[in-house]
Amino acid sequence: MTEREPSASAADQLPRPDGEPIVRLAGVVRVHGEGPHAVPALRGVSLDVRAGELVAVMGPSGSGKSTLLNLAGGLDRPTEGSVLLEGRELRDLPPKRLAELRRRSAGYVFQDLNLIPSLTVAENVALPRELDGASTATARRAALRVLDEVGLADMGDRFPDDLSGGQRQRAAIARALVGERRLLLADEPTGALDTRAGDEIIQVLRQRADARAAVLLVTHEPRYAAWADRVVFLRDGRITDSSDAQGTDGAGGMGVVSAR
Amino acid sequence: MSVRHGLLALLSQGPRYGYQLKTEFEASTADTCPLNIGQVYTTLSRLERDGLVSRAGEDEQGRVRYAITPDGHGELDRWFAKPVSRADRPRDELVVKLAMAATTPGVDVAAVVQAQRSSTMRTLQELTRAKRGFDASAETAQRLVLDSMIFQAEAEQRWLDHCEAVLGGPSDSSPAKETP
Repeated sequence: MTEREPSASAADQLPRPDGEPIVRLAGVVRVHGEGPHAVPALRGVSLDVRAGELVAVMGPSGSGKSTLLNLAGGLDRPTEGSVLLEGRELRDLPPKRLAELRRRSAGYVFQDLNLIPSLTVAENVALPRELDGASTATARRAALRVLDEVGLADMGDRFPDDLSGGQRQRAAIARALVGERRLLLADEPTGALDTRAGDEIIQVLRQRADARAAVLLVTHEPRYAAWADRVVFLRDGRITDSSDAQGTDGAGGMGVVSAR
Repeated sequence: MSVRHGLLALLSQGPRYGYQLKTEFEASTADTCPLNIGQVYTTLSRLERDGLVSRAGEDEQGRVRYAITPDGHGELDRWFAKPVSRADRPRDELVVKLAMAATTPGVDVAAVVQAQRSSTMRTLQELTRAKRGFDASAETAQRLVLDSMIFQAEAEQRWLDHCEAVLGGPSDSSPAKETP
């Protein structure tokens, strides 16, 4: 359970088959407010997410899940501790550079998708690339490529309102991943969807991880968390336990499909 | 797990011998309910005693084949028609364990819940992985059996979250700022 280790522990010296983590949180503390009104949202969280890995975060409301996600993507800064995004320490970056790195490295998907209704799906997905200075044609090519990857190859010229909820959420995933971005942060992405569309979304997230993205997923649905390589449980701003799909972190090991 | 009725259901599709019943039973339950061959023959002889199956000769290798009788069909129809009562199922050890942990002094209930939750999540991860491994050509019955185990593990996980919330109570007097 490397999540519990401080940043310079022995666990860090172990060779990583997948190289450096895309995002590394080490001893992260986040306190909202000051003095007697200070509310600690995270109380010392360490977590790595590597390329090819889908990590799910579970925990009750107020346990710090969304704070964790915001810190991992550079939308918020830690009160203490360190956040490395693709090897860059976020706390040292001036705001403008931080915004730049965030745009280039991390993409967000929320429960309430916010595609712009007056733009086509392809235009929506191309938007982050255009904001980064890519030409319209280049951005469109990138958009069509990533739309294809999420199974929306034919939907680029439709408008968001013409799509089903599941298709819109897949478009939001495409937008989050367009360009070179390798970190996908998803906050309850299945929350507003029915079971079938939710299943579709978790499959797309799994495929993106298998295609070498690093995916950090906040969910309260055990069934979706179960698609992850690792599930961490947050409570009161701390990681209380985590479960590894390979069962390398202790007990268990009941071969399920020969069960009971 | 009703081996008895499972065997009757397989026999309703035609006569079969013991080993064949074992492999077909296991395949249709996605290998989640392994049977030993002794169990199969014990069950068959009870079914025969009760007049629900009868011997239907031997195949070319001398293996005894069994066939379902009209009474067997009747029993099978009743089984399918009757819902399974929760009271018919075995007691759940986890429920007993948590109840005891909550009432026995000196036991750290939160630790019991936490250990179980990691283990159940691991089970759920393994089941999900197994399901992903099944391609579309896998038999519907097998996929449904895995789905059943996934839903059960999921329900257990939800119940454990609930236990943690109830047992832990409000652990911090300050209101949570975060949205769920």
